[in-house]
Amino acid sequence: MYSKKVVIRYTATNVDQPIICQLVKKHDLDFNILKAQILPRREGVIVVELSGSKENFDKGIRFLKEKGLTVEPVSKNVSQNNDKCVHCGACTAFCPTDALYLERQSMKVLFDAEKCNGCELCVLACPPRAMEVNIF
Amino acid sequence: MKKFKVNKSYKEINEKIKQGKAVVVTAEEMIHIAEKHGHVEAARKIDVVTTGTFAPMCSSGAFLNFGHTSPKIKASKIWLNDVPAYGGIAAVDCYIGATEVVEGDPLNSVYPGEFNYGGGHVIEDLVAGNVIRLRAEGYGTDCYPARKYEKNITINDLRDAILFNPRNAYQNYSCAVNMSDKTIYTYMGVLRPRMANANFSTSGQLSPLFNDPYYLTIGIGTRIFLGGAHGYVAWQGTQHNPNVARGKNDVPKEGAGTIATIGNLKEMSPTWLVGASMLGYGVSLYVGIGIPIPVLNEEMARYTSVKDEDIYTQVYDYSMNYPKGGALKSLGEVSYKELFSGEITLNGHQITTAPLSSYYKAREIAQILKDWIERGDFLLGEPQQHLPSVAK
Repeated sequence: MYSKKVVIRYTATNVDQPIICQLVKKHDLDFNILKAQILPRREGVIVVELSGSKENFDKGIRFLKEKGLTVEPVSKNVSQNNDKCVHCGACTAFCPTDALYLERQSMKVLFDAEKCNGCELCVLACPPRAMEVNIF
Repeated sequence: MKKFKVNKSYKEINEKIKQGKAVVVTAEEMIHIAEKHGHVEAARKIDVVTTGTFAPMCSSGAFLNFGHTSPKIKASKIWLNDVPAYGGIAAVDCYIGATEVVEGDPLNSVYPGEFNYGGGHVIEDLVAGNVIRLRAEGYGTDCYPARKYEKNITINDLRDAILFNPRNAYQNYSCAVNMSDKTIYTYMGVLRPRMANANFSTSGQLSPLFNDPYYLTIGIGTRIFLGGAHGYVAWQGTQHNPNVARGKNDVPKEGAGTIATIGNLKEMSPTWLVGASMLGYGVSLYVGIGIPIPVLNEEMARYTSVKDEDIYTQVYDYSMNYPKGGALKSLGEVSYKELFSGEITLNGHQITTAPLSSYYKAREIAQILKDWIERGDFLLGEPQQHLPSVAK
């Protein structure tokens, strides 16, 4: 079983098509929509976790790209700015996926981008504003 | 007067520091040394124990003097990057407080407010050498006729810049939870409903005043690490209260002593003074403080070897009990070992914990201070007067 959280971006020309539905039917993937929004100029963004066999997953991603969508892992859209982070740990109180956690040996706050679901709760909860999210 | 087996004076230790012979360890290292050798032997071996803390400390700010202008102004209203500074002192003096919010901020009218910029950020920008817009207004006098003054400045253009923090380095602090059904936004961070998280803010066994519980060596005139430079303890901090419940190890089990600190802002660094935005609450300033504690005798060896599992604090509800005022009702007592483990158990409930204080940075500060003393760059300042304390 392969599973990955991705950010899918629609353009104004394909935002009205049921692409996720087609993706699931054609490639036998499970999906869990974590976040979705249509922006003012009708571009759309979906944060979704896709699970299935690795082969189907790869085929599915290719299908999405052929449809003119851009697909990126969530981890590419969220980062911890280490120049700003003071490693206090305030963010760890509510990161829902434990992507942000205190490594108990070094007592540093580490960010596991693979676990992140792009909820953005950390952005404003971080007092020195060290979390950078560029999904929407 | 208690008789000790080991007796060292500040003068003797400073002589050793000058000769590069002083044995200096951090408060973490001291724990192991005392466990291995006992307090008497540890007192013989070790001369100085260094401590550290790095956390948002709201009661902080800086006195600035921007030098006389031409024509002169009696600046009664002052802004730095649109953050108001207090101008009710002499002509070109002002005080920028850490929690002052930038003018025009929507505050909590869009709840919870973001509080992206304020006094703490101005102080960070100053020490980073960034350009700051200085704006001043005066009402005009015969000797100070100018009504308005505006200039882009950096810290180098200021005649004087003195960090003066009325209350820092709290000796212990409450652990905060939220018993209500909605998320609350506090100076202790975001607290999720039904006690989903417990926030705390000290560096535990590394924290300065936990290592000198009766303020036997930390007093007025003690030289410290402040914001990356040498600073001093100026006075007991506001709300200093030695008269609280203490454990068998003499360590307070709730908020107790505090210190007021002072130092030259021009020598400090943005690594150790960082502006903080507390969601739904306001702005503040992370302050890095380290205090060296001389191991004058075996009693100080015992105090400086205190460890997280023997330091306790109280858990309070910040949804009802705290904001209401009056007596606080402790929901339970927890140790810093539990708090730092990431989870506490309170009346059978397991609660995730999160610190607001950076243990990582506290450790770095204790190490830097150790290096300074070992290199002979930092001598101990003997207190000129002790802080108010209580009998043991």
